[in-house]
Amino acid sequence: MADTPKPEKTARINHIPPLMKGWMDTPVEIKPGIYCYGAKPKNTKAVGMPYPKEWNPTDDDWQLPENWKDIIDEGLRDRRDKYRSMKLFMDICVRCGACADKCHFFIGSGDPKNMPVLRAELFRSVYRKKFTLGGKIFGKFAGARDLDEDVLKEWWYYLYQCTECRRCSIFCPYGIDTAEVTILGRELTNLVGLNIDWIAGPVANCNRTGNHLGIQPHAYIDMLDFFVDEIEDITGLRMEPDINRKGAEILFVTPSGDVFADPGTFTAMGYLMLFHYLKSLGLDITWSTYASEGGNFGFFTSHEMAKRLNAKMYSEAERLGVKWILGGECGHMWRVINQYMDTFNGPPDFMEEPVSPITGTKFKNANATKLVHIVEFTADLMKHNKLKLDKSRNDHLKVTFHDSCNTARAMGFLEEPRYVLNNVCNNFYEMPPNTIREQTFCCGSGSGLNAGENMEVRMRGGLPRANAVKYVHEKFGVNMLSCICAIDRAVLPNSMDYWVPGVDVCGLHELVANALVFEGEKKRTLDLRAEYLPGMEDEEDV
Amino acid sequence: MSIKQQLIEKKDLIIKTWRSALLGSYPEATQRFLIREKDQFANPVGQSIHKNISGIYHALIEDEDFDTVSSNLEEIIKIRAVQDFIPSDALLFIFQLKSIIRSSLDFKSIGNSSVNELNSLDVRIDELALKAFDIYSMCRQKLYEIRVNEVQNQVGSLLKRANLTVEIPD
Repeated sequence: MADTPKPEKTARINHIPPLMKGWMDTPVEIKPGIYCYGAKPKNTKAVGMPYPKEWNPTDDDWQLPENWKDIIDEGLRDRRDKYRSMKLFMDICVRCGACADKCHFFIGSGDPKNMPVLRAELFRSVYRKKFTLGGKIFGKFAGARDLDEDVLKEWWYYLYQCTECRRCSIFCPYGIDTAEVTILGRELTNLVGLNIDWIAGPVANCNRTGNHLGIQPHAYIDMLDFFVDEIEDITGLRMEPDINRKGAEILFVTPSGDVFADPGTFTAMGYLMLFHYLKSLGLDITWSTYASEGGNFGFFTSHEMAKRLNAKMYSEAERLGVKWILGGECGHMWRVINQYMDTFNGPPDFMEEPVSPITGTKFKNANATKLVHIVEFTADLMKHNKLKLDKSRNDHLKVTFHDSCNTARAMGFLEEPRYVLNNVCNNFYEMPPNTIREQTFCCGSGSGLNAGENMEVRMRGGLPRANAVKYVHEKFGVNMLSCICAIDRAVLPNSMDYWVPGVDVCGLHELVANALVFEGEKKRTLDLRAEYLPGMEDEEDV
Repeated sequence: MSIKQQLIEKKDLIIKTWRSALLGSYPEATQRFLIREKDQFANPVGQSIHKNISGIYHALIEDEDFDTVSSNLEEIIKIRAVQDFIPSDALLFIFQLKSIIRSSLDFKSIGNSSVNELNSLDVRIDELALKAFDIYSMCRQKLYEIRVNEVQNQVGSLLKRANLTVEIPD
């Protein structure tokens, strides 16, 4: 968990107020490469989101409902009364600037409106005018302004240039969570029909079909079958995954990205292999084609939508009658679980305290949600020497670890991944301290911003992380960036391709499965990517 | 004193002015950060400018082949190619060097050969600019390649794996 800073440490913080003059007079310009396409009406309609419409953010007319100001006004008032955190975050910021230069988008773009304090100020200025005496009387002189269409466009443009990673919040002496401001801001834009399709599409698909891509159950099974064949080629062993099996002890839920997008697919193969390995030791686990999404794009839409999608995996757990849930390597899934689930849909009393059937370890920390992180589960197996591992099988890799924003900052999940890494590879190199653990830099494409049309902004946001990878790549020859988030696995390969060619991306369980030594396996010559293991280059693959 | 001698003697001043001109392309609030923060991981843009500008200048005055400073140029341009600059603004800093050098030179102490020397310096800076064009173009091309690959990977591999496509067998 994060250390609480001592007074002498906080006293040393150098508060240089950011230069914040003139920003109200700088109108927003919606630029290609930065904004994401507007949500298609079929997707917003499918989940009952207000004012579905065809719209293009570069048009002058955003087709707002006639009473849009009243809707935002009411939405703002409602949220201010409902969330004490919002009232606090709006009222207590003194604009000290401690957060200003901590955002990856500001660092990479140089656009002052990407300073967290100023991004929040876009929003706070309107709040101030509506709800504070000083703002009502002194207006602009008190940093307050009225809401008009240009302001709304500015909100939208910058709210979707924040990945809700919360790096800024750890530097705030008041603990203001600017991600929460973004979340609430996005809720308000959604009220007047302004969303992006890269979020609205996955939300609609997940709500109906069960995962972001809208993959139907038979295709999900096809993919698992495909992995089973691939693994058989590599190990000579045939995995036998259980799917939708009622009465299993544990339900496994992972982001669909692991099943359908490289290089996450290698991580999914890793899960399959680990479960097969543990079967004879007493693991009783099932996959589900209905709870086929650990991620939750609803979280990037509204609290209500996040709650709806989160409920689906618990409904499936109840339907199957499992005792607890094991969760895969995902980022925001864990933030929703760790920080919101219990209030959204808890307590899930129909399940039991999670206990590892292999080691007997009770995961008391997961008692409220009954959902255990697979890296924690695997670390526990390693701690109890339950896995036979050959680290040298990963000797062709020089690995570094990217702490995913959500697991690091929203869970304090820092040691477990490193423990697993140190157990499965000999060459692990940390990036510089101010770029990892709680201070980790975002991949640059989280919170639903991993669309294709906004590639410039993704690259800008990805620069600080890539810059740290470049350092270990040049210093130690690092060629593999490991991570425990499906969005990371989807977007970091592109970021590496642009900023640090020669570095691949993987999930932890891909490395675990490479190292896992099975009884009765054939001589392993290939890793999970069907590339030769170190020293096996001349071997005939039979 | 020849132009070359002056360029060597006044290199600190010229580099500093050139760096300021490049930083001047960012909004005022951003400039303060880019100059103040010295940690290369907290401030990759500012530190990249700081480090690479002097490398490029040295190659220019030492008559080195610009291939030796490709990586310095690339580090700066790669960043500017994805920031809020139109292409001409992204590469303006190369052309600014001409006027920065001219305003730093003491023309009184330059001999008759100055016109030729100045001309060849301009030619060198033009060469640098052409190199910068190539790099900028390469960065933008890479960006589009990444976009196309992302779409192809999403759709293509899915179809293949769901056995919805049948390719010609080997």
